[in-house]
Amino acid sequence: MTVELAAVAGQSTSDINRAQSPLAIRGMTVSYGQKPAVFSVDMTVEPGKMTAIIGPNGAGKSTLLKAALGILKPLAGTTTVYGKSVSEQRHRIAYVPQRASVDWDFPTRVIDVVLMGLYPQLGLLGRVRPMHRAKANDCLIRVGMQDFATRQIGQLSGGQQQRVFLARALAQDADLYLLDEPFAGVDAATEKAIIGVLKSLRDAGKTVVAVHHDLSTVAEYFDNVFLINTRRVAEGPVASTFVTQTLQDAYGGRLAGAQMEALRLAPLDASTS
Amino acid sequence: MIWDALTLQLGYNATLVTIGAALLGMAAGVGGTFLFLRKRALVSDAISHATLPGVALAFMVMVALGGDGRNLIGLLGGAAISAAAGLLLVSWLSTHTRLAEDAAIGSVLSVFFGFGIVLLTVIQTMSAGQQAGLEGFLLGSTAGMLRNDALVIAGSAAVTLALVLLMRRPLTLASFDPDYAISTGQNVTRTDLAMMGLVLAVTVVGLKIVGLILIVALLIIPPVTARFWTERTDHVVLIAGVLGGLSAYIGAALSAALPNMPTGPIIVLVGFGFFALSLLLAPGRGVVSALLRHSAYQRRVHLRQGLLALAHGQPIYERLTLRLLQTQGWARPDGVATSDGRARAIKALRDETRWHIIRSDPAYEAAASLYDGLTEIETVLTNDQIMEIDSRIDLRGAVPA
Repeated sequence: MTVELAAVAGQSTSDINRAQSPLAIRGMTVSYGQKPAVFSVDMTVEPGKMTAIIGPNGAGKSTLLKAALGILKPLAGTTTVYGKSVSEQRHRIAYVPQRASVDWDFPTRVIDVVLMGLYPQLGLLGRVRPMHRAKANDCLIRVGMQDFATRQIGQLSGGQQQRVFLARALAQDADLYLLDEPFAGVDAATEKAIIGVLKSLRDAGKTVVAVHHDLSTVAEYFDNVFLINTRRVAEGPVASTFVTQTLQDAYGGRLAGAQMEALRLAPLDASTS
Repeated sequence: MIWDALTLQLGYNATLVTIGAALLGMAAGVGGTFLFLRKRALVSDAISHATLPGVALAFMVMVALGGDGRNLIGLLGGAAISAAAGLLLVSWLSTHTRLAEDAAIGSVLSVFFGFGIVLLTVIQTMSAGQQAGLEGFLLGSTAGMLRNDALVIAGSAAVTLALVLLMRRPLTLASFDPDYAISTGQNVTRTDLAMMGLVLAVTVVGLKIVGLILIVALLIIPPVTARFWTERTDHVVLIAGVLGGLSAYIGAALSAALPNMPTGPIIVLVGFGFFALSLLLAPGRGVVSALLRHSAYQRRVHLRQGLLALAHGQPIYERLTLRLLQTQGWARPDGVATSDGRARAIKALRDETRWHIIRSDPAYEAAASLYDGLTEIETVLTNDQIMEIDSRIDLRGAVPA
């Protein structure tokens, strides 16, 4: 009894945060061969916020996300989702992979891809009923792709493909949305559509985590940032964390002075527009 | 005789074999679809060649134990064990060594097959081996097949078919987007294993009818053929099953009717017939339709360019353009527009401006994605929408013509 009490009393604030955090990663190390891509990384995602994972190329951004989901097998580290193991919480997670990770000549139509988001609900043999189709169609409407429902996915532009992937995630009705480079190589219309959907998710109390590469839009799009360069560099609200010092730490000499100056202006632009 | 075979009039055993073959063909077509979509088609070739030593060893063991070496279940059991060993070796080589999967397949396939041939030669010299008829496993043979054998084949083919259909959703997801599949909690490693297990089952069951050298064709040709006809996974599965079943049915019937014809090659040739027809004639993905589409497209490009040139009062240099405009009655041989041609040229120019607006307005995104400089605007937008766009052209005071 006394031991238990001591344990409760000794619980640090970070442990309590961890129990409530939509995604808490501890001591994550992943390596391809002998060189670690991610080394001993801790991350605690704040609920109901949009968090950007940023860092230079090869910093382990996507790797961290994949390892947290069990797509890659980490050498060490644990992940909890709302305080429980990932495998217990799969139904609360929606993942949007990188667009380049699949074969777009695959024989499937836009609506079929969105219906894949309902597979866990349909099970092995459950029939696709009109209500499932209606649900899938709703998700397509939310990303502005309803007119494309019966097109083969290879006929879409890159940005449209990305929105179909997002619609599939929406169909899952998750609480935690994890996106890998959702804005990579997409057109302006798509970027606007996607950020609109993500913000509406956040406003509905969901949590959004996205691997992001465009520093100029971080302040405009996200509430929090997580900076990584193999190791965790910094984590926190954009206002206090997305600053020259942490960016220099994460990117080293790779960010030129001019780029930094442009970044300092970006938040101003966003607030005035 | 051939007609009798196709209508199942050749007696009970031949009928049973033909139906068994059809079930096997369906199971192979359906199971092969996911192998094809997962881009692991050649693994099945390694599996099938790896069955041979198992067949030969099973025969030797059964004879040594004083039994009948030709017991089909025993032989297929041996085949399954050595095929599984070959499969495990391929996946071990490609994950744990620097060997790529194609190199691993090549090595395993040739070594197992070579070892099997050596064992077959040894069996030929054994006293019990003279009439073993194991060569039938190479190219398939339905001659002298026993009723029980046919029942075993038909039954296992039906079970395999049912299993593939049961697993179609996880198989689809693992083939299209394995990372996403894992994120939803699917065990993709296990799905892959199950898929390989099903392919192994089809291979082993098909040994007697199609033979180990050609079973790969029964797994691959039907899905590849089906892909010509549809853009939907469900339909590829369905069409591949039907084509596989038909090929095997027709092939088995023909080989039952014609003496000394090996079954496997005939089934494969029938399947190839379907493939060749689809390659040529399928709408959309077929060769003929692609050629027709290309030349029709080229004509439309020339006509549209010609009209725009007329609208701008530019001379037309290309002979094909001029000829096409003439046949339409839109231009005279000297390149001057007729009155009809002038009207169409003006319309073409206005449509260009309309398209320009459509493409710059996100509200018309679906329509804009159909823009190719040729599609008639009326087929994409309603009259109201066109009027709405025209009102904007007027606002900008940029009405051409």
